[in-house]
Amino acid sequence: MNKNNSSNQSTRREFVKNSSLLAGGLLAAPLFSKANYFSGADDTIKIALVGCGGRGTGAATQALSTKQNVKLVAMADAFQDRLDNSYKAISEEIDAKRIDVPQDRKFVGFDAYQKAIALADVVILATPPGFRPIHFEEAVKQGKHIFMEKPVATDPAGVQKILAAATIAKQKKLNVVVGLQRHYQNSYRELFKRKDAIGDITSAQAWWNGDGVWVHPRKEGQTEMEYQMRNWYYFNWLCGDHITEQHIHNIDVINWFKGSYPVKAQGMGGREVRKGKDYGEIFDHHFVEFHYADGSILNSQCRHQPKTMSKVDELLIGTKGKIFAGAANIVDHKGKVLYQFDRKTENNPYQTEHDELFAAIAKGQFKFWDAELGAKSTMTSILGRMATYSGQVIEWDKAINSGIDIHPKEYDWAAMPPVVPNADGFYPVAVPGVTRYV
Amino acid sequence: MLLLILFLPFLHIKRLLIVRKLGLACILINLTFITYAQNGTQQDFKAYDQQVPGTQYNLKMVPVQGGSFTMGSNAADNAKQPDEIPAKKVTVSSFWMGAYEVTHDIFDAFFRDEGTPVGSEVDAVTRPTPQYIDLSWGMGKTGGFPVNSMSQDAALMFCRWLYKNTGIFYRLPTEAEWEYACRAGSTTVYPFGDNPKELGKYAWFKGNSKNKYHKVGEKQPNALGLYDMLGNVSEWTLDQYDEKYFEKLGDDATDPLTPPATRYPRSIRGGSYLDDPAELRSANRQHSESSWNKRDPQIPRSRWWLTDAMFAGFRIVRPEKQPTAEEAETFYNKYLNK
Repeated sequence: MNKNNSSNQSTRREFVKNSSLLAGGLLAAPLFSKANYFSGADDTIKIALVGCGGRGTGAATQALSTKQNVKLVAMADAFQDRLDNSYKAISEEIDAKRIDVPQDRKFVGFDAYQKAIALADVVILATPPGFRPIHFEEAVKQGKHIFMEKPVATDPAGVQKILAAATIAKQKKLNVVVGLQRHYQNSYRELFKRKDAIGDITSAQAWWNGDGVWVHPRKEGQTEMEYQMRNWYYFNWLCGDHITEQHIHNIDVINWFKGSYPVKAQGMGGREVRKGKDYGEIFDHHFVEFHYADGSILNSQCRHQPKTMSKVDELLIGTKGKIFAGAANIVDHKGKVLYQFDRKTENNPYQTEHDELFAAIAKGQFKFWDAELGAKSTMTSILGRMATYSGQVIEWDKAINSGIDIHPKEYDWAAMPPVVPNADGFYPVAVPGVTRYV
Repeated sequence: MLLLILFLPFLHIKRLLIVRKLGLACILINLTFITYAQNGTQQDFKAYDQQVPGTQYNLKMVPVQGGSFTMGSNAADNAKQPDEIPAKKVTVSSFWMGAYEVTHDIFDAFFRDEGTPVGSEVDAVTRPTPQYIDLSWGMGKTGGFPVNSMSQDAALMFCRWLYKNTGIFYRLPTEAEWEYACRAGSTTVYPFGDNPKELGKYAWFKGNSKNKYHKVGEKQPNALGLYDMLGNVSEWTLDQYDEKYFEKLGDDATDPLTPPATRYPRSIRGGSYLDDPAELRSANRQHSESSWNKRDPQIPRSRWWLTDAMFAGFRIVRPEKQPTAEEAETFYNKYLNK
């Protein structure tokens, strides 16, 4: 390294090392304000994948498709078969030179994440969301840069854990990107830049109405814990219900454009179609009215019912016009199109979020702190679930400080999950007016 | 049992109802079809309606009498592309072709058929996994809008499902069949002539679509009675796309086909509601690429759905000469899940 420049330049390796030494917010000034220089083979950015399902495999593939000198060095999953399938799928997509995961760096089980995180510079957290708070906390503790999928928690206690760790991540200058990929999608970014064209936002609509997802039938010899882990979508401690797991995308767009989070919510929901014992405890529809401090209201609807109208979209209504996110345009109240995004310039946001994250890491820049917004949009969706489950008005401050924790006391294949089926195989389901929250 | 098998061919139409009610009939259906095929029964070569199993919808099938034509772009076409030349004489056998692009209403009979397993089991009729997001992108579903965003494989699986439930062999058209049917005897740039200004009478394209597809059959058909051959949704054909198609094509080839070997690129024809007039020429060739599924967040990517090809659709054909049951199975197993 050129001595004359050493005061404001650093190798990425030093950056990573230093980052991990900064616990407790000891550092006041940014260490690395300018680009750094790599030297020889030392510029490799090592990646660990924690959570090897379809999305984790996708995220790892995108991370490994960035321009930087990246290498997958460790993988972790609760299940051996999921890990093996993921390794195979990544190997089919990515140059073998970027994959270096021998058997002894493939970790399986509930504690696998700790071992994988330790071996990497950047970790991808993509397990079912219920585990995200403990995984994120650990990754921050170990001083790693992080890509984590949404949602980032399934209950208020988990949200608080994320928020606490997010503060430390900021102090340590760890880049954190959350997979709310609309923030990295050209059409949304262009609409956001022009949002003032509609004046003050007075109301909004958000939709995630679709068919629903997979089921993995119960197998003989499975413990209840394994069954729920295989069918994580249908259990709140793992998934948070589809209002949290999917609809968070749309709710988050409204929070983003509003620049704030709701102060209370009320709504309705239930199980109308998806009622069998294969479908755990989650609802198949929610409709929530979210109130913001300025009096504006978001009407949010999500549904998992085949053969009904499907729509995944957001609409913001202001004093001067409307923003249609799906159509990617801005229209005034007379119907005149004020702005139309050119679809041919749309990007793949799943790739862009990794391109930008790894570019920042390679340059030693601290550019991304999505954890807080991820936690708060997650909390918004949980607020919605609490409202539909209880049928009551739920206030943000009370809910987020409620300490409600729906997780098992221990993570073990033999341990009993917090929700279990009755003698007929059905799980208890929330009943509005009866189920209590806060 | 024997009697039952012998009688079933005469119950051909009612069979669909039986099949949906009785598990046993699943076994019988294959036997029935074999009997039907062995009898050599061939339908008169005229237009008919194919009822879609489990629905009140019909697929209107139009006869396309086989013959020879010049495939590819002629010298006078100013917009011609390198992959459309040199034009060559090609002969195709007779087939029926769907008068319309397959609609959401009709495709849903397959997509929502609870008697068909979901997934990607090889060598079986399976149906698509649910769409993670709404891939009609708000352009319309029920009431006659063309189905869109499916892979070529999903389109061909619809044909196999239709075959399984009707005993009649359906598939996607080859590129040669598609262009032959599109031209309907014409040798001009478009089926109606050379002037793109007339295109709006026959097709939904960039200039008149308002960025979305429209209900099938709203524009004028070509001389064979085929609607929306150009524009609206682009239509999958059976071939692997090969930019050297015409160079490799022999002189006076009969029923040419480039069998698929890799997932991309596959051939798709007719242009779409998003395209300029030049891309709606009868000879124009388009092809799929991996970016058509770039926003699929999962890996492996969906076998069934394309996140970034909202313009992709299809119509079906039925060769006049029905293959044997064995030939049909061999065909589907060869072309599906490749």
